Amino acid sequence: MKKIALFFALAIVFVSCNNDDDAQVQTTVDLKFTHNWDGSAIENSDFEQIQYTNANGEQLSISKLVYLISDVTFTNSQGVSFDAGDYNLINVRENTNVTFTPNIQIPEGDYTVSFTFGFDDEDNLDGVYTDLNSADGGWNVPMMLGGGYHFMRMEGKFIDNTSSEKGYSYHTIRAADTGTTPMTLLDTSFEVNLGTVTIGNNTEIEVKANLSEWFKNPNQWDLNVLNSALMPNFEAQKMMSQNGTSVFSKGTVSQN
Amino acid sequence: MRFLVSILFLTLLVISCKSGDDSGDTYEATPSALVIPQLFKDKLIPPVIPEDNPQTVEGIALGKKLFFDPILSADGTLACAGCHNPQNAFSDSRRFSVGIDGIDGTRNSMPIFNLAWNFNEKFFWDGRALTIENQALEPVTNPIEMHNTWENATASIQADNEYPALFDAAFGTTTVTSDLTTKAIAQFVRTLISANSKFDKYLANEVELTPSELNGLNVFLDEAKGDCFHCHGNPNNPLWTDNIFHNNGLDEVITDRGLGDFTGDPRDFGLFKSPSLRNLAFTAPYMHDGRFETLDEVINHYSEGLVYSETIDPLMKTVSQGGVHLSESDKADLKAFLLTLSDPSFINNPAFRNSN
Repeated sequence: MKKIALFFALAIVFVSCNNDDDAQVQTTVDLKFTHNWDGSAIENSDFEQIQYTNANGEQLSISKLVYLISDVTFTNSQGVSFDAGDYNLINVRENTNVTFTPNIQIPEGDYTVSFTFGFDDEDNLDGVYTDLNSADGGWNVPMMLGGGYHFMRMEGKFIDNTSSEKGYSYHTIRAADTGTTPMTLLDTSFEVNLGTVTIGNNTEIEVKANLSEWFKNPNQWDLNVLNSALMPNFEAQKMMSQNGTSVFSKGTVSQN
Repeated sequence: MRFLVSILFLTLLVISCKSGDDSGDTYEATPSALVIPQLFKDKLIPPVIPEDNPQTVEGIALGKKLFFDPILSADGTLACAGCHNPQNAFSDSRRFSVGIDGIDGTRNSMPIFNLAWNFNEKFFWDGRALTIENQALEPVTNPIEMHNTWENATASIQADNEYPALFDAAFGTTTVTSDLTTKAIAQFVRTLISANSKFDKYLANEVELTPSELNGLNVFLDEAKGDCFHCHGNPNNPLWTDNIFHNNGLDEVITDRGLGDFTGDPRDFGLFKSPSLRNLAFTAPYMHDGRFETLDEVINHYSEGLVYSETIDPLMKTVSQGGVHLSESDKADLKAFLLTLSDPSFINNPAFRNSN
C-alpha cells in the first residue's frame, strides 16, 4: 500500500512538473459517518435501549459500536487512484472519529469513492499499529484467533426465545478456522463503494450505516444461535462479512 | 574591539541571568524523561504527560517526599502511602482503607502503576477524576480519608523547614499551593512503571512459560472460555486493562452506583473501572469493594458466580447459568498465567520506597 501511495505521489510530482501552467487545486476530503436503524438516527441516548427489532424478530439494544475502516480510495475517470493508506477507528457511542479526513490531497474533480471495512490482509498485521494496540484496551485479535485486529465490536442485549435478556457480542474479524493445521485464514474485510462524488475544495461525504443490515441481508441473523464467541466461528465471520456489504451507503454530499 | 565584545557578552549574560530570576514562570528544573520500557515503546502510544507539568528530577523527588509524608492529612498521621503501600503494588491489603478518624472507606484502594498510560485519564474506580493531578487533590479533603483542607495542608507544608526550598527547586517558587503539590505527586506517580513481569520477559524471549501458564493464556484469550482479553488487554496491550467501566455481574441489586454516581446516567449504574491484572500477586483483595480475598474466588465468580442486573456488560456470558463454567484444570491454568503478570522488581524497587 505504501508503494502504491509512493507511486501516485511520484506520478503527481511528474504530472505537476509537466503541467506547470495548468496545475489543479489540491484538496482533502472529509468523510462523515452517520448511523441509523432502518432510517431512524442512532444518537448517544439510543444506546442501551432495547428498541430495535432485527429481521429475525428479536428485540435488541446496542451498548457499544466501534469499528475500523481503512484505505479510503478516490478513483478518477481515467482510472487513477488516490489512497493515503491510512485508517480510522470510529467509536459511535463516544462520538469519536466519526469524521475522518484521509491524509491525502487530490485534485478537484469527479471520483468513485470507496473504502475498506476493517483491514485487508495486506494491512492486517499483528500488533504493528501502536494506536490501535492502545485503543479500547487493545483493538487486537489474539494470535490464537488469527491475529491482526478487530474490524468491529458491536455489543448489546436482546430478548431471547425464552423472553430473557441476554448479551450479544457481534465482533467481526478476519475469519480463522482454528480446526485446521495450519490455521485457515480468510480475508473477510470488504470494499464499500460509495459511487461517484464530485470533489470540490471543501467536500464532506456522509457515509450512512444502517445497522439493521448486519442482521438481515443475505443472512437472516438468529441471535438465539449466534450471539457470542463469534470470533472463532469461521462460518459466522463469513456471514457477517456478507451482511456487512449492504450496511454502508452514500448520504449527503456537501460542498461547503 | 575584543574588549567591547567582552563587555557586550557580559552585559547580555547579566541581563539573561536577571530575567531568569524575575519570574517563576521561566524557571526550569532538571528535565527527567520517563524511562519507557521497550515493550511499551514497541506496543503502545506515548504516555500522557501534561505540557504544564513536565517530569523533572526535583519535581519527582518532591512528589515522592510528599507521597510518603503524613503532612497532607489533618492530624499528620496518614500519608498517601498509608493506603497505597509499595509492597502491595501501591494498593492496600485491607479490604477498606481506614481514614484519620478511624472510618472505613467503601472501596478497595486501587493499585498505582503505569498510570501515565491511562489514555482516557479517568481515575478512581468510578472515573470521577480527570488527570492524575486532579486525582491527587481528592484524598486530602475526603472526610473519611485525610480529612484536611487544602488551605491547612499547604500551610503545614509551607511552615516546614525543608519543603519551601524543595518547591523552589522543583517549580521556581517557595510558595506552596495545592496545584504545585499535586503536580509534584503526579510526577512521582508517573515514574511508577511496572513492565518486568515473567510474562514481559516471555514476550522478550528471555524466559519460557510452563505448559500450565501457556494453557492459562489460551483460556484468557479464548472467546468461548475466559474471554478476559476484551476488558483486560492482550500481549499487544501490556497494560492488561482497558481502563473502561463495566458491570461485571457482581450484584443483582446495585448499591454502589460507581460511574453512575459521577455521571448521573442510569446506564452507568454499577459500572467500575477494569483494574490492571498486573501485580495481582500483591494486590489482594479484589474487586472495587475488595469482596474477594483470593484469585480463586475471582475466577470462580466469572466462571459460575455471575448474576444479572440491568446494566450488566454484554461480555458477561451465560449469566443465567452463572458463567461459562471453566473446568478445574482451566481455572488452575488461568490462575498460573495471571500470576505471570506480577512483577516483584516493581514492589522491590528502591526508587519507589520511602526515603523520608
